[in-house]
Amino acid sequence: MAPAPSRAPASALRRLWPLGVALVVVAAVSLFVGRYPEPFWTAPNLLWEDDLAARVVWSHRLPRIVAAALLGMSLAGGGIVLQTVFRNPLVEPGFLGVSQGAAFGASLAILGLGSAASPLAVEGAAMLFALVGLALSAVIARRLRFGGWVLRLILGGLAVSALFSAGVGVVKYLADPLADLPVITFWLLGGLSGISWQAVIHLLPFVLPGLAVVLAMRWRLNLLSLQDETAFSLGTALTRERALVLAGAVAAVSAATAVAGIIGWVGLLVPHLARRVYGADSRIAVPASLLIGAILVVICDDVARSLLAGEIPLGIVTSLAGAAGFIVLMTRTTLRVPR
Amino acid sequence: MTDLPALSFAGVAFAYHRSAPEVLHDITLDVSDGAVTAILGPNGVGKSTLLHLALGLLTPTAGAIEVYGRSQAGLSRRELSRIVAMVPQNEHVPFDFTVLEYVLMGRSPHISTLGMPTAADEQAAVDGLGALGLTELGSRPVPELSGGERQLVTLARALTQGPRILLLDEPAAHLDLSNASRLRAILERLGREGTTVVFSTHDPAGAAAVSDEMVLMRDGRVICHGPTESVFTSSHLSETYAVPIAVARVDGHPVVVPGEHT
Repeated sequence: MAPAPSRAPASALRRLWPLGVALVVVAAVSLFVGRYPEPFWTAPNLLWEDDLAARVVWSHRLPRIVAAALLGMSLAGGGIVLQTVFRNPLVEPGFLGVSQGAAFGASLAILGLGSAASPLAVEGAAMLFALVGLALSAVIARRLRFGGWVLRLILGGLAVSALFSAGVGVVKYLADPLADLPVITFWLLGGLSGISWQAVIHLLPFVLPGLAVVLAMRWRLNLLSLQDETAFSLGTALTRERALVLAGAVAAVSAATAVAGIIGWVGLLVPHLARRVYGADSRIAVPASLLIGAILVVICDDVARSLLAGEIPLGIVTSLAGAAGFIVLMTRTTLRVPR
Repeated sequence: MTDLPALSFAGVAFAYHRSAPEVLHDITLDVSDGAVTAILGPNGVGKSTLLHLALGLLTPTAGAIEVYGRSQAGLSRRELSRIVAMVPQNEHVPFDFTVLEYVLMGRSPHISTLGMPTAADEQAAVDGLGALGLTELGSRPVPELSGGERQLVTLARALTQGPRILLLDEPAAHLDLSNASRLRAILERLGREGTTVVFSTHDPAGAAAVSDEMVLMRDGRVICHGPTESVFTSSHLSETYAVPIAVARVDGHPVVVPGEHT
C-alpha cells in the first residue's frame, strides 16, 4: 500500500475550512443572542427598527464577540505552544506564573485605586505583573541546579504562581469587603462584561503579533517537541527558537488575561481536541486549536451574558464546559477526521 | 572517500560542569571518511558523550573538533545539521505524529526557520521511508510502533537529513535478532555508499561483523583505534573490559566469549 499522499498546505486549508465557517456562523448568530429587548434572542429586523437594539449589537455585542474570539485564540494557542514545547500534554498557559501574576496585578490596582479604577489601569497592572510572573519564573528556573530546563521552568512557574496567589490572598484580606473585595472577586472569576472597542484595540498589538509568530513557527513546533538531542541534531537553535515561540504565546495570553481575567480550561482542553480530531502535526493542529478556541469561548460567552438576568462569570462557564468536555474527550478513544 | 578525516578530535576533554570531574580526557582521534566505525567500551566510559561532542550538542572543555577539516565551532547549526545526523539511544516522541510526519522532520536542515516543508520535502520523506523498506508504516503513529520499528524509523528520519556523517548511540540495544541483522545490513550499505557511520555498542561481535574500524575506550580515554581486524583481538578486548575475553570465528562469523572475573 502506498503511504498517504503528502499533505501540502492547500490540503490543510481544505480540512480546516469547516472550522472557519463555523466560527463565522457562531459569531454572526451571537450578535442576536442576548437579553435585549427580551431574553435570548434579538430579532434581526430590530437592527433597522430599534436604535437602542442597533447600538447594543454594534457597540456592545460585536466588540465582545471579537474579544471572546481573540481570547479563545490566545488561550488555545498558548496552550498548544506550551504543551508542545514542554512535551507535556497537561500544561496550560496558567503555568509560568502568567495567570497568577495577572491576578495579583489586577487586584493590587483595584485595591490601590479603589473600585472606581479605570479598566485601562487594571489591564495595565495585570499585564505588567503577568510579565513579572513570567520573568521571575525564568530567573528561578535559571538558578535551579537540577533537572532539565522543562522541569526547572515548570517548578519556577509553580513557585511564582504560589507566591502571587498568596499575594492575591493578602490583597483580598486588606480590601474593603463592601467596596473593593467584590470587584476583585468578580475580576478573578474572569469575564468580558463591559468590554468596549477600546479594549479590543488594546488587545490587538499583543495578540496579533503573538499569534502570528506562533502560526509562522507551527511546523517548527513539531521539531521543538522532540527530545533535545534530536531537535538539536535537526539544526534547531533550541534556546532561541523556544524563547521566540514562547514569547509569542505568552504575549497573547497575558494580554488576553489582563482584559478578561483568569479563564480556565480552554488552554488545556482545546489543544487536546484539535490533536484528537486533526492529528498531532502542528501544521494543522495549531490553526485548528486557534479556531476551536475562538468558537468555544464565543459560545461560552454567549451563555455567560444571556442565560441569566445577571452576568455569569465567564471563567465559571468555561470551567464547566471545559471540564465536561475533557472528561468526554478522555473517555472516548477515537475521534478523528479522515485525512 | 577523501583523505581528510570526517571527524577529527584533537586533545578533546570534557566535563559536564566546571567543578565536575572530567568524563573524557585528551581524546585524539581521526574518524575516516566513508568508513563504518564502532565505538566499544564498558558502561559509563563516555561513548555517548563522545557522540554528543561529535554532534556538537556538547562543547569540549579543552581541545578542538574538526568536521571535514572545518572547525566545528565555526559551523552554523544549520550547516552542521546538513553534515551530521544522530540516531539517539531512546527516541521519545511525546505526541502521536505519524511515521511520515516524523520522518519529514528530517528535512528541517533544508527548510528555513519560518518555512514549511514543500512537496519535494514530502517526497524526500516518502523516499527515505521506502529506502529502508518501511513504506507500509507511513500512516502509523510513532508512539504505537514496536521498539524495532521505531529504531528503523528514527534511522529513516536521520537519513532524510541527507547527512555525510551518521552517529548512532547503541542502535541495536533493543532490537531482536531479525531487526538487528536488518540494521546491520543497512549500516553496511550506508558504508558502501560512502556515508561515514559512527556507532557505539556493547556487542563486540556484532560490531566486528559490520565495522571497518574500531575504537576501544576505557576510563574516558581511547586506548585503541584502527582497522577492525587488528583491533578485534582477545588481548585488546580483555584490556578494554578488564575480563578475559576469547575471540573466535564460527562459520566465518566473529564470536566473543567472556571469561571469569579476575
